[in-house]
Amino acid sequence: METTVDNNLITRPENILGRVITSAKIRDAVKGIKRIQRSHRQIKAENVFRKTIILVALAMVVLVMGILLTLILQSVLSVKATGIGYLWGKTWDPVRDIFGAYPFILGTILTSFLALFISIPFSFAVAIFLGEYYPKGWLPNLLKNTVELIAAVPSVIYGFWGLAVLVPIVRVFETKIGVQPIGLGIFTSSLILAVMIIPYAASLGQSMIKMVPSNLKEAAYSLGATRWEVIRSVILPYTKSGLFAGILLSLGRALGETMAVTMVIGNTSLIPKSIFAPGNTMASVIANEFTEADHPVYLSALIELGLVLFLVTVVINMIGKRLTKQFTI
Amino acid sequence: MKIGNKLALAAIAIVVSGGLMLTGCNGGGSGSGSKSDTTDNTILGAGATFPNPLYSKMFSEYNKINGLKVNYQSIGSGGGIQQLTSMTVDFGASDAPMNGKQDSAIKAPVVHIPATAGAVVISYNLPDVKDTLNFTPDVVAGIFLGDIKKWNDPKIAEINKGVKLPSIDIQVSHRSDGSGTTNIFTTYLCKVNKDWETKVGKGSAVNWPVGLGGKGNEGVAGGVKQTPGGIGYVELAYACQNNMSYGKLKNKAGNFILPSISSVTAAANIEIPADGKVSLTNTDAPDGYPISGLSWILVYKEQKYNDRSLDKVTKMLKLVQWMTHEGQQYSGALNYAPLSAKAVAVGDAILKSVTYDGKPVLQ
Amino acid sequence: MRVNSNVKYRIGKSTGFQVLTIGLAFACVVPLIFILIYIIEAGITKINWHFITNLPKPVGEAGGGVANALLGSMIIIGCASVIAIPFGILCGIYLSENKTSKLAYWSRLCVDILQGVPSIVVGIVAYFWLVKPLGGFSALSGSAALAIMMLPIIIRSTEETLLMLPDSLREAAYALGMPFHRVILKVIIPCGISGILSGVMLSVARIAGETAPLLFTAFGNPYLSGNVLKPMQSLPLLIFNYATSPYNDWHDLAWGASCILLIFVLLLNIFTKLITRKWKVQL
Repeated sequence: METTVDNNLITRPENILGRVITSAKIRDAVKGIKRIQRSHRQIKAENVFRKTIILVALAMVVLVMGILLTLILQSVLSVKATGIGYLWGKTWDPVRDIFGAYPFILGTILTSFLALFISIPFSFAVAIFLGEYYPKGWLPNLLKNTVELIAAVPSVIYGFWGLAVLVPIVRVFETKIGVQPIGLGIFTSSLILAVMIIPYAASLGQSMIKMVPSNLKEAAYSLGATRWEVIRSVILPYTKSGLFAGILLSLGRALGETMAVTMVIGNTSLIPKSIFAPGNTMASVIANEFTEADHPVYLSALIELGLVLFLVTVVINMIGKRLTKQFTI
Repeated sequence: MKIGNKLALAAIAIVVSGGLMLTGCNGGGSGSGSKSDTTDNTILGAGATFPNPLYSKMFSEYNKINGLKVNYQSIGSGGGIQQLTSMTVDFGASDAPMNGKQDSAIKAPVVHIPATAGAVVISYNLPDVKDTLNFTPDVVAGIFLGDIKKWNDPKIAEINKGVKLPSIDIQVSHRSDGSGTTNIFTTYLCKVNKDWETKVGKGSAVNWPVGLGGKGNEGVAGGVKQTPGGIGYVELAYACQNNMSYGKLKNKAGNFILPSISSVTAAANIEIPADGKVSLTNTDAPDGYPISGLSWILVYKEQKYNDRSLDKVTKMLKLVQWMTHEGQQYSGALNYAPLSAKAVAVGDAILKSVTYDGKPVLQ
Repeated sequence: MRVNSNVKYRIGKSTGFQVLTIGLAFACVVPLIFILIYIIEAGITKINWHFITNLPKPVGEAGGGVANALLGSMIIIGCASVIAIPFGILCGIYLSENKTSKLAYWSRLCVDILQGVPSIVVGIVAYFWLVKPLGGFSALSGSAALAIMMLPIIIRSTEETLLMLPDSLREAAYALGMPFHRVILKVIIPCGISGILSGVMLSVARIAGETAPLLFTAFGNPYLSGNVLKPMQSLPLLIFNYATSPYNDWHDLAWGASCILLIFVLLLNIFTKLITRKWKVQL
């Protein structure tokens, strides 16, 4: 009985409308509350997300600061023991606690700059080829991808190949020119480094050369210049700093390269007497001697070497990047 | 499926498979189906390359016997001591007893247990010379100091009468890392040659006047093997395994001795002090090889540090005990000399003195 | 019109230079092709099922394989990716959304610095941050070192991909009332996914072959191990250790391992290039 009364109450037209309108209002109100709740949740989530990405960006800065700080803190022991003379000390004698980094700094500079010299003609040739002569087409594309693959090969594989194939060849070469045929040494490591750093200057150089405005080139052509003259007098001066930046990037890569160099440089802590002599670079001596630096000053001296390496590579890379940014922004 | 769902599914798949791989490998790796993950069946050691061929054979055989996995990285004696000092390994291995600097760097006493004896041979690469060359202490010092530069130098010729020596340059190879082998070699040179003692001295890593650096005994052996006219000092096992020629050396009694198991055993047959540290170089024995050396396993005297369990310590000490007893049967085939009875006895006494929380572990 | 000799000379120089350039350009890929052929030739004969599933044997015994290194490499790379990818993408998002704030400037500077840090220095730092405090070598510390090296590549490629997306995309999403995190996660990232993915794959290819950071963190392990808190072997470490040894069996193992590593890295790079043909990401 009550249900029929209820039914009547519910199903009578005026009541239905009333109920519909009321329930619609309630639904709207509920929706409105839910929307506000969702908005609150979304705003909270949004804030959390924003804060998270700020934290992550901050974490990067903290990470780099941390790296620098760790290196500095760990080198303090060695700096106290040897002082600034470390940088030009010529003897590295862990037994007598005489640490001089000069042989390694020299080794690093020799290998990197020699590698740079050898690789520059090739990098520039690739850059000019892809940027100026044949900017489009399947063959240039193939060349571009292959050159980039050079950078993809792991350095330990370059080292192994160098050890197995290049060293005997260099040995034969050294016998021919009358130098002691060791095979390992500064010359061999420079050769391998040169191959490894070609892609960096090449790809940056290529994008710089492509950006030379064509009206400059056309003006030169209309004055009767040959292709070579346009390259020499218009393109190269225009892209001077870009090409220099590319060279710096290649140099930065060469300075920090560890594995390939360690395997073919001969690992001698003496000052190399010629480019065919064995030597050591900062990175290779750290790789060799880190796990067995058996007293704290020794370990600290190696880390000081790492600090010097870090600062040098960072400065060179920064200069290169700043020069590049001038062109791309 | 939407991109977001696809990525989520991929991520879940990676995490799940990674997790399965980890737990699967962990469970499969520990061999016996132990319930708890805390029974650690791996012992970590690092150090000398000198005994590495023997140790790797010993550890592989021990694993077959009782399933214990020994991860031994041959990074050089200096490395072994350094890692033991940082307590990142369970035991170290060194051919050079710890010196004063290393003793002061390490925070707790370390015991040396003799594990094997071997010879440091003078290995050379002269494919055209078929006879075994003779060397004297002064000639060896002269070569490694850089004073004797060519193979047909009169000083080498006069102790090798009748051998046709080529006129190529001598290319020295030495260790680039901290090495007990270097220690044995330079200790010997200091004893027999005043020039060497003043100019270079002895130690695990010295300031070599000439030569190429190689990492580990492996590196020096590789350097000599690949360089015509090369010469270097390596452990006997490395020279034999690589079919490299090595020379006879004149000992204190005046005889030219070929390095071998018997000549090393003769040199090692001396009194071993209670702490195990003794040098076998420049032996008095008439048929002993002058550049012989012991190689030690180093462990902390007090084993309760860094949450090490008694179980793990017992396993490790039993391993070392096995190495000095049953494990010695493998030395002959690999050209290492088995320990003398005196050395084994000293080793046992030292092992019994290793304590865990003050109580000796082995009875 | 007669072309006078001066012009002929200039044209000759120009053609000569062109020939020289083409010659040098193609000459520099010769070493690469030579290396590839040599390694594949030397290594492919050593790879068989036995090689992939066996552990290295003690010195002097023939046979043996690189199973521990293969598994170790996969685990270390996997862990490094898990650590680096979220951080990298989030930082890339921040840098692309805020071009001018001070934090963005410093953060960008630090990412550039990080890209130039030599791998051995990263290894040293990881040793002091993770190996010493945890009291031992572990795959995790190796993964962390590799993650530090992956970060700059992922961050730069994410940032540049997202910057290339048109602003109208973002503005349309905002206009529909979507909150910031939805705009990024549901609209921007899916649009830029191929660029981001290519950055991730390039970073994986880069660290797959890295040895120096692992020298003093993961340390090496002759046994098959899945425990990330313990030392682990990896392919580049194995190649380095065995290549510098004098044993011929170990040299064979190193050649086979080099072949596998090389093919993996090359395939990853080629695959990435195929994907990014639409999106030109300059790194």
